[in-house]
Amino acid sequence: MLADIHNQYDVVVVGSGLAGMTAANTLARAGHSVLLLEHHTKLGGLATWFRRPGGHIFDVSLHGFPVGMIKSCRRYWCGELADMIVQLLHIRFDNPTFSLETTFDRRDFTELLTNRFQVPEATVKEFFDTTRSMQFTDEQTMTTGELFERFFPGRDDVVRLLMEPITYANGSTLEDPALSYGIVFSNFMSKGVYTFQGGTDRLIKIMAGVMKHNGVDVRTGCNVEKIHVEGRRVEGVIAAGRFIKTRSVVSNANLKGTIFNLVGRQPWDSDFLDEARAVRLNNSSTQVYMALREGEQIDERTGDLLFSSTAPAFCTEMLLGRNVTSRTYSFYYPRTRPGQNRCAVVASTNANYSDWADLGKEDYAAGKQDLIETTLAAITKYVPDVREKLDWVEAATPLTFERYTKHLCGASFGTKFEGLAVSRALPEQITGLYHAGSVGIIMSGWLGAVNYGVIVANNVDAFLMTGNSQTTAENP
Amino acid sequence: MTTAEIRKAVLDILADIAPDEDLSDLKDDVTFRDQLELDSMDFLDIVMELRKRYRIQIPEEEYTELASMGSTVKYLEPLMKDVE
Repeated sequence: MLADIHNQYDVVVVGSGLAGMTAANTLARAGHSVLLLEHHTKLGGLATWFRRPGGHIFDVSLHGFPVGMIKSCRRYWCGELADMIVQLLHIRFDNPTFSLETTFDRRDFTELLTNRFQVPEATVKEFFDTTRSMQFTDEQTMTTGELFERFFPGRDDVVRLLMEPITYANGSTLEDPALSYGIVFSNFMSKGVYTFQGGTDRLIKIMAGVMKHNGVDVRTGCNVEKIHVEGRRVEGVIAAGRFIKTRSVVSNANLKGTIFNLVGRQPWDSDFLDEARAVRLNNSSTQVYMALREGEQIDERTGDLLFSSTAPAFCTEMLLGRNVTSRTYSFYYPRTRPGQNRCAVVASTNANYSDWADLGKEDYAAGKQDLIETTLAAITKYVPDVREKLDWVEAATPLTFERYTKHLCGASFGTKFEGLAVSRALPEQITGLYHAGSVGIIMSGWLGAVNYGVIVANNVDAFLMTGNSQTTAENP
Repeated sequence: MTTAEIRKAVLDILADIAPDEDLSDLKDDVTFRDQLELDSMDFLDIVMELRKRYRIQIPEEEYTELASMGSTVKYLEPLMKDVE
């Protein structure tokens, strides 16, 4: 798998998630020699899919992203990708507090909040304007819970409408900084929720083609064991037992995994290490994948995305625990993959790694089976005859996410807010070492990952241009 | 490069980044954000293009200098005066 690679590169990218691939592509396009190494046999990281007998294809994370993906795909990838992005028009909520459908954009949400929830229009406008003006460089004193309390005091129903989908999109909670909520919410509220027509397999295939065209050297099935640092400078990586020299590394691996496992404890400032140790990982997920027999349909009025919950009120603990009360369904109709006449549903829940990690083999299998059974029971409310139409069902747990992404604790949304500062400070610690991946809530999700890949590529490009004259991290 | 040439260079980059915007009566003393639909990624693209086309390095803490056409040209003048 490492046959024919060069002895030296300008950049080695570790991991092929959307941030890793976008950084690799951007840097290759800028004229640098780039090697992209992925431990798994497929590119994409969590932007992935899998096939099952009977011709079924399941998308793992193609649930919906903000409109900004169109521009980012066009600019940093190609027009073909941008042209395949389509809007999801039927976003549904169903819980004991309310049941409604929305196009999930500012106009529709304003109408819902003023008419149905009876919030004064001026308050709604001010809320939207406030979240829209938030920048990730702002002070982060206010929590998301406090933000809601300021605009909608005592209105648990409004909080539920505004918060549940964002929690689902990035694992954030009421205790996270308000600005991380504001930025993600505004991205979605700009023009609604979008998806990629053709499926994740098509998306990744096109991206692989663009990278090839731009000269990125891509190797899959190739695990990076170590990032080799000499003094305070990146010297190379060790992959499949072989040393590959490079001027810089962009790690798309988990932030903490990069620092503590790939580099190791040696060369850092102790303050930085303390900060890195204190970074909290975001939660993981469980998913149940359900495929219907070819030709069997689901009524499209069921919706594209359905946020369902049986919990009487919104609360972070309930969203995370194994006693699942909230599920988000992504419905994939035949239009997801034109030419195929198949429907599939992916039910996702946020989950704690610790609830699954310590189970014995039998308990783990039983836990998975229970997850499948309870999900099928729950979805019957929306797809009454799902059991008769079903051709394939299986479940993924935090351990599944850990195995395929190598993310610590199967974290499916990277790190909490403090991870962003640590990620950005890496090159000040070790010359030539960069991290691009899901961090700080705002740099996660499909759009966050792509854009963070570009932001980091810009820094690497600047570093490579000035080359050896940059000495910020030279002196220990 | 003369001041006028620098302005033209920035305008060319803007035209590539925001192809749907009308740049014909862009005012130098009003911020880009107040006249165009630019987000933070667009500003990053301006920085990347300046580096790619003219090998101009702009440190991250100085990105704010690119707020308007007037401030951008003024900031770039000493950096680009020797650019052919």
